[in-house]
Amino acid sequence: MHKENQPLIFEISKEGRIGYSLPELDVPETDLSGLLPEGLLREEPAELPEASELDIMRHYTALSKRNHGVDSGFYPLGSCTMKYNPKVNEAAARLSGFANVHPLQEESSVQGAMGLMYDLQEHLVEITGMDEVTLQSAAGAHGEWTALMMIRAFHEANGDHNRTKVIIPDSAHGTNPASATVAGLETITVKSDENGLVDIEDLKRVVGEDTAALMLTNPNTLGLFEENILEMAEIVHGVGGKLYYDGANLNAIMGKVRPGDMGFDAVHLNLHKTFTGPHGGGGPGSGPVGVKKELIPFLPKPVLVKKDDAFTFDYDRPQSIGRIKPFYGNFGINVRAYAYIRSMGAEGLKLVSEYAVLNANYMMRRLAPHFDLPYDRHCKHEFVLSGRRQKQLGVRTLDIAKRLLDFGFHPPTIYFPLNVEEGMMIEPTETESKETLDAFIDAMIQIARETEENPEIVQEAPHTTVVSRLDETQAARKPVLKYNRPETAEPVAVN
Amino acid sequence: MKHRYLPMTESDKKQMLDAIGVGSIDELFSDIPEKVRFDRQYDLKPALSETDLLKELSALAGQNADSNSHASFLGAGVYDHYKPVIVDHVISRSEFYTAYTPYQPEFSQGELQAIFEFQSMICELTGMDIANSSMYDGGTSLAEAGMLAAGHTRRKKLLISEAVHPEYRDVVKTYALGQSIDVEEIPLKDGQTDYDALRSMIDGDTAGVMVQYPNFFGQIENIQEAADIAHENKSLFIVSSNPLALAVLTPPGKLGADITVGDAQPFGIPEAFGGPHCGYFAVTKKLMRKVPGRLVGETNDEEGRRGYVLTLQAREQHIRRDKATSNICSNQALNALAASVAMSALGKQGVREMALQNISKTQYAIRAFKEAGYEVVFGGPSFNEFVVKCNEPVADLNRRLLDAGIIGGYHLGLTYPELEGHMLIAVTEQRTKEEIDALVQEMEAIHA
Repeated sequence: MHKENQPLIFEISKEGRIGYSLPELDVPETDLSGLLPEGLLREEPAELPEASELDIMRHYTALSKRNHGVDSGFYPLGSCTMKYNPKVNEAAARLSGFANVHPLQEESSVQGAMGLMYDLQEHLVEITGMDEVTLQSAAGAHGEWTALMMIRAFHEANGDHNRTKVIIPDSAHGTNPASATVAGLETITVKSDENGLVDIEDLKRVVGEDTAALMLTNPNTLGLFEENILEMAEIVHGVGGKLYYDGANLNAIMGKVRPGDMGFDAVHLNLHKTFTGPHGGGGPGSGPVGVKKELIPFLPKPVLVKKDDAFTFDYDRPQSIGRIKPFYGNFGINVRAYAYIRSMGAEGLKLVSEYAVLNANYMMRRLAPHFDLPYDRHCKHEFVLSGRRQKQLGVRTLDIAKRLLDFGFHPPTIYFPLNVEEGMMIEPTETESKETLDAFIDAMIQIARETEENPEIVQEAPHTTVVSRLDETQAARKPVLKYNRPETAEPVAVN
Repeated sequence: MKHRYLPMTESDKKQMLDAIGVGSIDELFSDIPEKVRFDRQYDLKPALSETDLLKELSALAGQNADSNSHASFLGAGVYDHYKPVIVDHVISRSEFYTAYTPYQPEFSQGELQAIFEFQSMICELTGMDIANSSMYDGGTSLAEAGMLAAGHTRRKKLLISEAVHPEYRDVVKTYALGQSIDVEEIPLKDGQTDYDALRSMIDGDTAGVMVQYPNFFGQIENIQEAADIAHENKSLFIVSSNPLALAVLTPPGKLGADITVGDAQPFGIPEAFGGPHCGYFAVTKKLMRKVPGRLVGETNDEEGRRGYVLTLQAREQHIRRDKATSNICSNQALNALAASVAMSALGKQGVREMALQNISKTQYAIRAFKEAGYEVVFGGPSFNEFVVKCNEPVADLNRRLLDAGIIGGYHLGLTYPELEGHMLIAVTEQRTKEEIDALVQEMEAIHA
């Protein structure tokens, strides 16, 4: 591997080079100084790079080689469902009739796109056991907020203005409480019990007349199924609250149990997790929301409906929470998810969850002798180990994660959920072969041995990556958030 | 059932069950209460082979009119632009598109550096100090800007110009509802924001003033005046901007913007029936620690080599939880990469040339419509859109144009009742002189 600085695209720029090809202008050129009012004609050009097409292609190819994706190797990042991203999905999303369609075209000219969306909604209704689905939300967190806004509107429509509290387990993802805040609701934390499940007694204590909703991931972020879910639903519904299902972990339960049947009133799905939308280095995702009947009037506008065999967007929704995003959601990601569902079928989706769970339990059992397993029971699609034992020998979970890089594996999610000391959350997914799982297990066992025999090699890892550990403190103390051209007098850092 | 995405064999399954110490996969699901176990199979359409799937999806896609099969004059926030072919080649590198958020920087330097470059390019175009790694789209980005303003000023009202994209305004209102923030709309005067009205509406409770530049009608407003009104009142000035236009326009950062947002869709990102596109979010230095979403910063490794990391994460939901001011987690990283590649390919010269082509072709189209006797309403300078009063109902006209191989403009009556019968026409560098002439002729055809 190369260990030199990788130049920025700005640093390979040279005056006079171009990387584009526009047709000759076939109309008279407008004189901008005659058109624009004084002060609005840009004086200094934007200093974008000047490079040839090959320079640019080489630059980004070099960057891609400094990046690890699922196609590069195993990526058992817990709660992120880093499964294979099928290539046929990419081909589908690039079909011109999907990629080059404008959202504001006459509806008669986009029936194919609307039909796909409608069919995807119907499939997600069946998979979740809900009554209706909207594809509008752009990501999981956006879906959480959308559903909470709907729940809030539902309570307010009932004159229930004091339902302002959202109950969230201490093991939940950070977006849950943040989404509640953005929806104008207050978070109440419910504790986990010694089995890693929601503490039912604590739940009984925190619910009340002010409960708007309980947000729950099931299986939870420890990978454990909340087996008291029916009792929890009864408790929350008993006081007039709603149950919200965070679909981050749906990959564990397809064909086995549906959120709608467990008593959930609203759900969001991460199509970029369970349904193979590529993660794209951080996005774009897609976070459809499904709801039960009572919440349908509050769905965001517009709602896609079928009328006389034609698809149309319905804007006449007086109780709707309003528009949550321009246009109709991340259509391109929804096309990919649709292609995936149609590739798998009902039986295939059930096998997905069965194999995801089998793979996780296999890894958990094989790793249990070498690391602490705080919750020793069958897991679902992921499990959490603790690095407590290794920490006592001076090796932290962060070190273990960095050492895994030397083996070519992306590390698990670490230090999450917050209720496990030195946590490592491992999610293999169903698309990985037993040989890959075994290779990762062997690497983990070797690292556990190194921790006892030669801890420095772990503490000083990684040894093979293009950079060694980076100084995050410096990055935060003296933020440099953009390229500063050396010839300018501007200081390099912004304070 | 065997499937190409599922490598599990019968012998794998047996060995793994043995290692776990259970007799069947079902045992691993025994913690699901029997009462709610799903005891049938999903009622879904049958699974398709790769060949059949592509056939079916191609047929569905073929039902849509698209901007390859038609000459598109539809804009209103989403545009048919030149997409350098290398953009799709770069974003098809699966080291990029199959990666997660770069939480392990040693394994993600490529993505982190690409985002750092994106942030830098957005700063160059907008004239702002700091840009984040992207937002969902221009509309939610504007809404987040409003929330930032309310939080920063501790005020509870936003003033938004009616010349801001109607769907963006709707999104701002929905977010504001959640935060109990009032949103009032600044009226129009000849297709531009009425700054006199702004002056009379602004008060001590105004957190931010929001305008669009160029505005929804394509008009290039002199937003400096709005900035001054906002700042005299200690309100933040928020500008939603088409980044392509900024190649030739004085950037918002030089005109007093505290926050500049918008959508980078014009740079290499397909229309895709409305998404995914790529919101951007840029601020002045003083607002650095209030920015929503991810930021990439430069630093060094233990040997002094330059490297990049996610930074200032104390702002974000995974650290602050219910104290976070935004809940955004995933963003549009891959589309930010697409935009970066397009901005690199166009480069310093190309963005100017492309923007100038948009303006020149739009001016040509305006003249052509005027010469054909149409009223082009609103007299200010245009970027790549303008408004024409039509001689027949716009929906009928658009259906007629489709038959002639043209995707017509946006029917303004849908969102501006006073502009019933008016069409917002977009002319990008993709449109030829012949196509513009054909549009005018086809619109005329009803009289013939």
